[in-house]
Amino acid sequence: MLSIKNLKVSIEDKEILKGINLEIKPGEIHAIMGPNGSGKSTLAAALSGRDYASVTGGSITFLGNDLLEMSPEDRARAGLFLGFQYPVEIPGVSMVNFMRSAVNEKRKYQKLEPLSSSDFLKLMREKKEVVEIDSNLTNRSVNEGFSGGEKKKNEIFQMAMLEPKLAILDETDSGLDIDALRVVANGVNKLHSPENATIVITHYQRLLDYIVPDFVHVLYQGRIVKSGDKTLAYELEEKGYDWIKEEVIAG
Amino acid sequence: MNVDVKLIDTKDIFTRLFNENRDAIFSGSSEYVNTIRNKALEEFVRAGLPERKNEKYKYTPVNEYFSKDLQHNFSPKKIEFEVAELFRCDIPELDTRVILVLNGYYFNPLQELTTLENGVVFGSLRAAANKFPELFAKHYSQYAVYANDGVTALNTAFAQDGVFLHVPKNTTCDKPFQIIHLLMSNEAQMVHHRNLFILEENSEAKVLICDHTLSSHEFLTNSVTEMYAGPNSNLDLTRVQNEHNRATQLTNTYSHQMQNSNVSSNYITLHGGRVRNNVYVNLAGEGAHNNSLGLYLVDDTQHVDNFTYVNHLVPNCTSNQLFKGILDENSTAAFSGKIHVWKDAQNTQAYQRNNNILLTDTAKMNTRPQLEIYADDVKCSHGATVGQLDNDALFYLRSRGIPYKESMHLLMYAFAHAVLSEIKLQPLRERVIELVDKRLRGELSHCNNCKMKCQ
Repeated sequence: MLSIKNLKVSIEDKEILKGINLEIKPGEIHAIMGPNGSGKSTLAAALSGRDYASVTGGSITFLGNDLLEMSPEDRARAGLFLGFQYPVEIPGVSMVNFMRSAVNEKRKYQKLEPLSSSDFLKLMREKKEVVEIDSNLTNRSVNEGFSGGEKKKNEIFQMAMLEPKLAILDETDSGLDIDALRVVANGVNKLHSPENATIVITHYQRLLDYIVPDFVHVLYQGRIVKSGDKTLAYELEEKGYDWIKEEVIAG
Repeated sequence: MNVDVKLIDTKDIFTRLFNENRDAIFSGSSEYVNTIRNKALEEFVRAGLPERKNEKYKYTPVNEYFSKDLQHNFSPKKIEFEVAELFRCDIPELDTRVILVLNGYYFNPLQELTTLENGVVFGSLRAAANKFPELFAKHYSQYAVYANDGVTALNTAFAQDGVFLHVPKNTTCDKPFQIIHLLMSNEAQMVHHRNLFILEENSEAKVLICDHTLSSHEFLTNSVTEMYAGPNSNLDLTRVQNEHNRATQLTNTYSHQMQNSNVSSNYITLHGGRVRNNVYVNLAGEGAHNNSLGLYLVDDTQHVDNFTYVNHLVPNCTSNQLFKGILDENSTAAFSGKIHVWKDAQNTQAYQRNNNILLTDTAKMNTRPQLEIYADDVKCSHGATVGQLDNDALFYLRSRGIPYKESMHLLMYAFAHAVLSEIKLQPLRERVIELVDKRLRGELSHCNNCKMKCQ
């Protein structure tokens, strides 16, 4: 599904990612962990197509297409979804209009007719239940005045609406209390299927109690320095990142 | 090297014009109106038109606009046309009482004044002045102060006709009034016209004014609208300006508000070469509330300048100003807003905001909020911003599959929405929202509603 080969990314001429390799197949959940400043969010930025993350080398193939040649909107329509670490407040743009545009753009890409108003509202209702999001939130402007937890739930709600093939959740757990964390994780689990894949980017092991990864990768100084199964996450929780750093230095 | 600059003295031009056409200008107007005409001309000669050095007109060279060689008509031109055939209003299917004003003259060959069952009178200003001398003595030229104001003085001297509306005590108008100012000529033309709306105690009216050009010639309009809002009255004014790039429009709107009255005015500038809106508000009775809002969408080399003067004369009044602009290409705009709180006007609440988005490096915005406060127990605030569309928001929308252009559009529309949501009349609000939407997509031109095909 996704194939990242020797990806190098710079931000303002500083090389952040120094050769990332990653293969993701349908049905898999990958966790990317690492200390602050290791390049986790830069990887999410490069995958979603943010212009400040300039790719200086390597390749990314997504469902057979050269992802780096695609605009952010084309990536989304092809089935890539980024759950933002800091979802943006957009006063004046209603959630309903925003989601209607997004869903219908995706349908256009799939050469389907736009949804009728009633079908669209029905879809909204169904998906709201999946993520246990308060109905009032979807009647408001995008993220405007939402609490931290509501913003993250809203990300999962959008993911439910758009049914991506690959979801990248960037620090979705940050700033969440335990109840919100459970709701968000439940949503992700309900949406998971053998056809889609998820990348969970997180600093802490906590989220992985709820979303169980098939693979765990540790990112450090712009490289994946260690990969393993979910036990690697527990090891990190127990020992912290220092032993990884030491291993790298010992090289 | 000496450069010979020919200075045109607008004082001379207009004095000569006035004297040469005296008979035509005075004909048909009431004696009272004509007496004021003479005084206004004297004041115009004394004050002159504002020049660049005038702080109020720093960004809009009004004197230059009036120096151009434009034609004047002092009687309605005989234009034989079926308005319905030629002009399709951008706001159709709106259940309104339509009042047409063609080149400054009330246009209804059959009936100059209409009296409704509930006593509401509307129609030609000139005809009303003759029929209701007491009302005119009480209200006409009482609020549009021409002293020290060459622009309003000129209008008061030259304007012959326009729209009159009188809503009696305890009366609510059943339908909104829609005044359509049309400009149509086979030569470059200057037009002065004047409206007077009188809302007696405890009455209510909604008025929509649409400004349009129907031929491609250069136009200069200098219009004055006087509005008296009696105690407990409610007046809602929306003005949609949609003229072409060779048209210059000056509007001067004066609201005089008595106790507990509520006046809301909304200026939507969709299109126009040069537009200057002067918004004057007198809060003269306790408990009065005023809303003044504006939205200007400019591109090409258009110029829009909004000027407000909200005068808190008495205690316990509230006012709220919100003007927003989106500037594209080489356009320019200005906002200058003043809140004046007099010494006795305690417990005033007055707010003002001006927000602008520049879409290009070449668009230019000047904004000047001003507070002048002489009372000590007041709540006043003002704020002005000039910026770009939020890049993070743009990316957020795109990351959900919404194309770049559409995302830009959503953000611009969201920016404009705060002004549009204040339009109280729901079908009108929806229609204006649709127009703004079209305008932001670049699908609306001033030619949309006209079959002249002059371009």
